[in-house]
Amino acid sequence: MNATNVSRRRFLETSAVLGGGLVIGLTLPLRGALAHSKGSANTPPVQANAWVRIGPDDTITLICHRNEMGQDVHTSLALLVAEELEVDVDKVEVKQAPVDPVYVNALLGAQITGGSSSVRDAWTKLREAGATARTQLVAAAANEWKVPAADCTAKDGVVSHGDKHRTYGELAASAAKLPAPTNVALKKPTEFTQIGKHQHRLDTPAKARGKAIFGIDTKAPGMVYASLEQCPVIGGKVLSVDDSKAKSMPGVRAVVNIGEGVAVIADHYWNAKKAREALAITWDYGPGVGLDNAKIEATLKEGAKQDGSVIRQHGDVDAALKSATKKVEAEYRLQLLAHATLEPMNCLALVSDTGCDIWASTQFPQGAQGVAAARSGVPAAKVQIFPQFIGGGFGRRLDVDFIGQAAAIAKAVPGTPVKLIWTREDDTRNDFYRPASYHALRGGIDAKGDLVAFDYKFASASVTNRMFPGVTKNGLDPLMTEGAIDLTYDIPNERQRVVIQEFGLRVGYWRSVSHALNAFAIEGFVDELAHAAGKDPVAFRVTLLGKQPRQQAVLERAAKAAGWGRKLGAGKAQGIASMESYGTHQALVVDISKTASGAIRIDKLTYAIDPGIAVHPDQVIAQIQGGAVSGLINTLTAKITLKEGRVEQSNFHNYQLPRMNQMPKIDVVLMPSGDAPGGMGEVGVPLVAPAIANAVFALTGQRVRTLPLADAKLTFA
Amino acid sequence: MATLDINGKVVDVEAAPDTPLLWVLRDHLGMTGTKFGCGMALCGACTVHLDGVPTRSCITPLAALAGKKITTIEGVNGKVAEAVQAAWDHIDVPQCGYCQSGQVLAATALLTKNPKPSDADIDTAMSGNLCRCGTYQRIRAAIHDAAKSLEA
Ligand code: FES
Ligand code: FES
Repeated sequence: MNATNVSRRRFLETSAVLGGGLVIGLTLPLRGALAHSKGSANTPPVQANAWVRIGPDDTITLICHRNEMGQDVHTSLALLVAEELEVDVDKVEVKQAPVDPVYVNALLGAQITGGSSSVRDAWTKLREAGATARTQLVAAAANEWKVPAADCTAKDGVVSHGDKHRTYGELAASAAKLPAPTNVALKKPTEFTQIGKHQHRLDTPAKARGKAIFGIDTKAPGMVYASLEQCPVIGGKVLSVDDSKAKSMPGVRAVVNIGEGVAVIADHYWNAKKAREALAITWDYGPGVGLDNAKIEATLKEGAKQDGSVIRQHGDVDAALKSATKKVEAEYRLQLLAHATLEPMNCLALVSDTGCDIWASTQFPQGAQGVAAARSGVPAAKVQIFPQFIGGGFGRRLDVDFIGQAAAIAKAVPGTPVKLIWTREDDTRNDFYRPASYHALRGGIDAKGDLVAFDYKFASASVTNRMFPGVTKNGLDPLMTEGAIDLTYDIPNERQRVVIQEFGLRVGYWRSVSHALNAFAIEGFVDELAHAAGKDPVAFRVTLLGKQPRQQAVLERAAKAAGWGRKLGAGKAQGIASMESYGTHQALVVDISKTASGAIRIDKLTYAIDPGIAVHPDQVIAQIQGGAVSGLINTLTAKITLKEGRVEQSNFHNYQLPRMNQMPKIDVVLMPSGDAPGGMGEVGVPLVAPAIANAVFALTGQRVRTLPLADAKLTFA
Repeated sequence: MATLDINGKVVDVEAAPDTPLLWVLRDHLGMTGTKFGCGMALCGACTVHLDGVPTRSCITPLAALAGKKITTIEGVNGKVAEAVQAAWDHIDVPQCGYCQSGQVLAATALLTKNPKPSDADIDTAMSGNLCRCGTYQRIRAAIHDAAKSLEA
């Protein structure tokens, strides 16, 4: 993809006539949790749109409205179209969609790839797009042959009637002139020939050969590079800069003060980076300069004294606690976490007389358009976003800070495309971190050993209040209550509350968002309750799941697959955790052991997953395998610490990610059920920490209530 | 001006002698298959072969490349590389894909030296290559798969 490529925005306007191509339109109502948010306030009414394009040369293109960041949207969404269009999925070419209201994620209310929602949002939409196209193609052939459409068949890209055949490409021009049918009938799951079957990813060959183009790989004629020195304290500003030395260095074109930092633009990246190191900047560090982790922890603990907002409540928890035979209380804590996508933040921007063009790896093209407009001064209607393959998202690329920076920098050299590339150090130190959190729990057990009271309070900062103000209602941020509001256990007296407590640092969405925070506290505490009740942790949970057959089934299946309850031998133990998230049910058993040196080795993770319909089963498994690694990151050693407001970590030596030699074996038992898919992209993450902490207790008797576990003086092999 | 041997072709490059090979490839030559992840030899995304040895191009300056044969993801070929990439396809290893050029080059170097690596050999050879997406289990399976296909 480069600057000379055609405008994809114009593609949308003209594709209906391009070479007789067929464009399938659908109209969708806007709805969903974020529909009223700032991000979509200016969104015009949804209009006819295009996902499927059929060229006269029989090429079939999916205009993919979600961004590919490893979670397999390109193939999974192509499968939905291909199934109904009656073409082989590997005949489908995938092109990334531009920003357009029609591509809004109905589950989120904006053009966002996140929230494990891509397949759920597209499930009906894209199958209808495929079925609509097929119906029009069949109608076109039937008209030509003067036979009833019902007597024609469509298969493998060809419409047939008796010995008459027409390829989709041959029919595309005449089909495009027909009205789009409404109420197309969709296949029943039993009729699927591709959905739910093994398929290869469409993007594997390119990715295994270095041919996939990520944001950082984009090029434009005359492109130069920028390296940006940002304030060492997040939120600080440039007071003044002495750039005399930098400006005299080879290849330097310009030095640009963009407020939060100073950028050097040079003809090559290495020149820009070296000259940036020669800048002398004085900073106004701003209010963040006094911040450290101890202060954040104290703020959260103090904040948790407020009543907060009720997430879920029934029975009388205070009375039940008073009369309980056994009472258990605990506090859990989690630390700040960076996303550490392997592709550092970067963006190619061109600001010119005619508009602003942006090439970037982004999960939020609509937000990218807004921020590029704001910072380049170009009206949003003239800002084009060209989303690229994403070298890891994990929620980091829902934020568009780096895109705004590139636009602000490129504005200083109109007509010249500038690629801003952050160093790894920039990336580690200027993240929107997963918020630290504080959790207070109380539980009561009666004389029979049954759980009769559960009282939970969670205090943390809100990402949503920063990004989508207006979404939080009555103190309830839906991306803080997830992982609690959907608690599967049936407890007679329950109260769950949340306190939004800001602590002076911007925070961001991190794969599985509050599911991971809430699950660590709740699933760790449920384990404590099981032990207090003198019951086996699996049996204890099974009893609480009487009204949740799918959840009970995955729990029992994970336990069975992992051989729960068998003799494990000295120095070995298991831990379990269980939850529903994104409409998917899961349970996880972890096997750990102690090495000769006393370190803990994570030997095996055994998941049982009921994802509803698994559209692309092998990639459901891949998402669990990958989610497990995100879960390990959030469990073992990684954390972000602040000292006088400055992030202490910088690169992969002091912000460590799991490596090949530390990898446990990961077994995934898929138990599909139901008639619609659940979310998958984040499901593998949240149970890893509580299951490991519960196993650590079983192994050592030490109950760890903080993440990362290394904070409790545990070491890992 | 430096003269380099990249993927069997002689290439002239005009860049400061301390410019890392990574940026010579990506920026000066427009070969973007080799990725930038850390710049400190900590992640392996920038792995290339220098005379067949897997090397972190982010810390290898242009000045150190005279007389060396440089192989990148764009040029890696032969029986072993083909077996590795076929195994990658068969097992669908990549997720986001960003680390995979480096993984493929590291795996190719491993199998060239050691056609039947054990799990411990794979740990040793591959632990310098981070995969943030967590494709490790499939990388391991694909290396064993490629080893098997090379045996046949
Ligand atoms: S970029 Fe070279 S090892 Fe990370
Ligand atoms: S596939 Fe994304 S970093 Fe490895």
